[in-house]
Amino acid sequence: MAAPLTLLLIVAVTIRAVLFRSSWAELISERVEVVSPLNAWKRVVEGLALLDLGVSPYSGDVFHETPFMIYLFHFVVDYAEIVFMVSPGLVFCLSRFLTSLYLFRKQKYALESDRYPADCLELLRSPKEMFYIPLKVAMFYLLNPFTILSCVAKSTCGLNNAIIALFILCTLKGSALLSGILLALATYQSIYPLTLFAPALLFFLQRLYIPVNLRRSSFWFFTLQYAFIYVGSLVVITGLSFFLLGSWDFIPSVYGFIFSVPDLTPNIGLFWYFFAEMFEHFRLFFICVFQINVFFYTIPLSIKLKEHPVFLIFMQIAIISIFKSYPTVGDVALYMAFLPAWSHLYRFLRNIFLVSCVLLACSALFPVLWHLWIYAGSANSNFYYAITLLFNFGQILLVSDYFYAYLRREHHLTHGLYLKKKDGTEATLVLK
Amino acid sequence: MAAHRCGLSLVFILIFSSLACHSSCDSLENANEDTEEKQSVSDTPREVNSDGSIAAEDLNERRGRSTDAELDRRDGTRTSEALTPAAAARDEFQEELVIRPLHSGDIYASFQFRTLWDTDFLQEGQKVSHYRLFPKSLGQVLSKFSVRELHISFTQGFWRTMQWGQPFIPSPPGAELWVWFHDTVSDVDGNWKELTNVLSGIFCASLNFIDLTNTVQPSASFKPLGLGNATDHRFLRYATLPREIVCTENLTPWKKLLPCGSKAGLAVLLKSEKLFHSSFHSQAVHIRPVCQDEQCTSKAWELRQTLNVVFDLYTAGQGKKEWSLFKMFSRTLTEACPLATSSKVYVDITDNPEGELFELSPATPLLSQAVVLGDRRTYSVFDLTRAETFGQLRSLNLLLRWKGDGGEMLRPLLHAERYVAGFGLQTGEIHTVIYNNHPYRAFPVLLMDSVPWYLQLYIHTLTVTSKSRDNKPSYIHYQPAKDRHRPHLLEMLIQLPPHSMTEVTVQFERALLKWTEYTPDPNHGFYVGSSVVSALVPSMVAMNTNFTQDQPLFSSFVPVKEESSYFVRVYTEPLLVNLPTPDFSMPYNVICLTCTVVAVGYGSFYNLLTRTFQVDEPSLPLAKRLANLIRRIRGVPLLT
Repeated sequence: MAAPLTLLLIVAVTIRAVLFRSSWAELISERVEVVSPLNAWKRVVEGLALLDLGVSPYSGDVFHETPFMIYLFHFVVDYAEIVFMVSPGLVFCLSRFLTSLYLFRKQKYALESDRYPADCLELLRSPKEMFYIPLKVAMFYLLNPFTILSCVAKSTCGLNNAIIALFILCTLKGSALLSGILLALATYQSIYPLTLFAPALLFFLQRLYIPVNLRRSSFWFFTLQYAFIYVGSLVVITGLSFFLLGSWDFIPSVYGFIFSVPDLTPNIGLFWYFFAEMFEHFRLFFICVFQINVFFYTIPLSIKLKEHPVFLIFMQIAIISIFKSYPTVGDVALYMAFLPAWSHLYRFLRNIFLVSCVLLACSALFPVLWHLWIYAGSANSNFYYAITLLFNFGQILLVSDYFYAYLRREHHLTHGLYLKKKDGTEATLVLK
Repeated sequence: MAAHRCGLSLVFILIFSSLACHSSCDSLENANEDTEEKQSVSDTPREVNSDGSIAAEDLNERRGRSTDAELDRRDGTRTSEALTPAAAARDEFQEELVIRPLHSGDIYASFQFRTLWDTDFLQEGQKVSHYRLFPKSLGQVLSKFSVRELHISFTQGFWRTMQWGQPFIPSPPGAELWVWFHDTVSDVDGNWKELTNVLSGIFCASLNFIDLTNTVQPSASFKPLGLGNATDHRFLRYATLPREIVCTENLTPWKKLLPCGSKAGLAVLLKSEKLFHSSFHSQAVHIRPVCQDEQCTSKAWELRQTLNVVFDLYTAGQGKKEWSLFKMFSRTLTEACPLATSSKVYVDITDNPEGELFELSPATPLLSQAVVLGDRRTYSVFDLTRAETFGQLRSLNLLLRWKGDGGEMLRPLLHAERYVAGFGLQTGEIHTVIYNNHPYRAFPVLLMDSVPWYLQLYIHTLTVTSKSRDNKPSYIHYQPAKDRHRPHLLEMLIQLPPHSMTEVTVQFERALLKWTEYTPDPNHGFYVGSSVVSALVPSMVAMNTNFTQDQPLFSSFVPVKEESSYFVRVYTEPLLVNLPTPDFSMPYNVICLTCTVVAVGYGSFYNLLTRTFQVDEPSLPLAKRLANLIRRIRGVPLLT
């Protein structure tokens, strides 16, 4: 196991190192799919340059990183490449732990297979399958072209991904304190991971065998404890940034920028063209609708998946990366890294072939249509917009397909795999 | 409350008068009579009769008075009684036309009209209501908005420094406005906004498009030209509208500010059909406080109206290099403005000391030397207040005939140009090239750039190279833009090595705007105002630092502090930058399509969240159900 993982790591690092040194690096770092105004490396450098000139980086509208980021890079700007190499490395280590830990729990489930109907055994994964899952997850993240592009472009999205990954790792390891702190850090970086609070809490409750019951004091005790860790560290981090900078300028410049979407530079998300073409008097309404849309799914999903917090984490990350205001391919890569962990759902996926084709075709068409619009002048913005629509449609289809498959597997685990109708013929399952 | 109402009514009057002026823009000739009537009503009825015509006796009397005054001055005995504050505020008016034949074969004509008024608008508790020569519309604006100094210019065309040399008063293409407010003003932005709207009415221009998104506060490039060393740039506002098109409707209100209108004096030459048929046209108004006397004990207000025009008579005249006043302006001069204390025409004959290059007629014995822009020039002077200037025909039609080809022009020591590099609609690079043509002296220049927010500048990509070496600016003032609120402001002090070319580059990214933020015809592009290069250029000859000495107007605009250098401001070309555009025709489609995708996401999650899996029990086909109905009646086992 160690040998293939090491080999994988070497391959991944080599690819990145070669791309960093090649002439492609500059081209990649300009791609709107790879970097957004929130995480472009060019803007980090600009922020540092402004700091050197004695101008607050937040006085303009170029820099939207958090104060921690600017101080981190203030010291390591010369080693930025190494930092960006390390960040997927972190994710990689984590993916290893993540899957092994998670699967260890699953393995336990498998041993307790007497809980399930006999014909469901083939739904459970054999230890041998699970043995390879960490490798697959690592491969999916490290060799995913999206991650590689994001890393070579030095998008700070990679660092945010690393923080989220560490948070998941700490959560799965059962460290509530670290998990709360890392979640606060992730929220501080890009506000949206706020929705991961619910799955983390559910996971800890499940781990501590505390039932989700509003009347139980132990439930409230732990919830308040975790919320205190989370909110407390968030306050501390924000306060620290205030003391680093001496002003609250970063709040409107980072979070105001995320929420009000003033920068309409094209990206792979749904916001830019929608708000470029929006009627002025409906703008506020639709901004509210679109932002609430990201956070809203937390409540019903937490209720539906309260027994399956790890899958809930996956769902939340996927929803954030689809509906957030400035998505990049790095965000897509993060939830895609989870896909091998759900390899046991493969048999229930309905349109994985279509979705794969759509995502692949879109990835290829992004640069083509961008070139036609921006450089050749032979296409217009609608072409690029159409591709972003299709890409997001594909992602929605992918996520809802996995959701469907997960629910269906759970149904089969309780009701048996081969369902029969009343007359004994083979039954078909439908959603009613 | 009452004061507030009073202020409001003042604004209304201003707006009304500007509206009146706007409505009269089209009918030029009739409008003049109207104004004179209005002026006579609003100004002193004593000076000009209310029927709009200037009485002949009055004229003669005034002319006599003005020549007296001039004689006094020539003798050097300045009448001290006129300077005593007890006397009624003294005002005087001077007019001047400088004609310089350019080496390219073009003719540069520069008009300057100066009104000097020994009063202080901004004094507390003193309301100035008695206006004589100073235009009341501007006086009221100055006192209402506590303006300390105001400079406004409207320019059509671009001044070609390398072919034409330095202009007397430079101006960028389009409209430029910079104002120093008095330091008692608390709400500078509010005053600025109102002021631009009022000026927009006065000059029939789109100055109301000046808002916070194109206003900057330069820290070093625009110092007050008048009295007082204000350094707090919080009271300075600077804005340009590079897209502003200057035409007849801006000239008419400008001419109305002159005491004689366009009825008499040099202003009769200002006919729009000729002025706008030129390579370059620039008109400006400069108001500033100046010293009343040598001791500078009290303030006087100076209003300078300048109009610069470059005629391309070389190509228009079938290749013949010859010009006359009549050819240029389709008018000749017949008299000075009766209200003017001095009225002169200068013709630059520096290149023609022996008369071998061109021939000027009528010849004049009066010669004048002036040091202007670091060069000693010789001028033939025609004094319009003297009857003999007009000769037998009672009209002055200057005529200049070139004999040979023009010699070499002195290259301007400082020159700048600018362009956008790069391709595509994503990024680009602004290149500003500054030339120091001085053979052995290095000197520093201040470069100021104001870039709209939709071009996102990256200051870390700023490079300054001279002679292919890095030339680090010794001072950088950078204020990054705020989206939809504030433009970028970049000011640098760069040392230019002798005889060198300095290139300043900075990269930018183009933003995609909201569809309502694009100008009409968005694919034409967006204008970026000129960069401003201000410098003290080492002078070849000793400059005249004696500010109080009587000088021609054109050489006395910018105060000279030291003999060895002179102040020059060079404007580069404005830029035209294309931005990516959305499809303006389909907002509904985009809203529908995006909402559909979001709804697909919402719908599929909703579906999975609210429904549960159930075994599908297909209902029987209709025929079987009908059969079952009959079977039930018959009591026969049902079909399944």
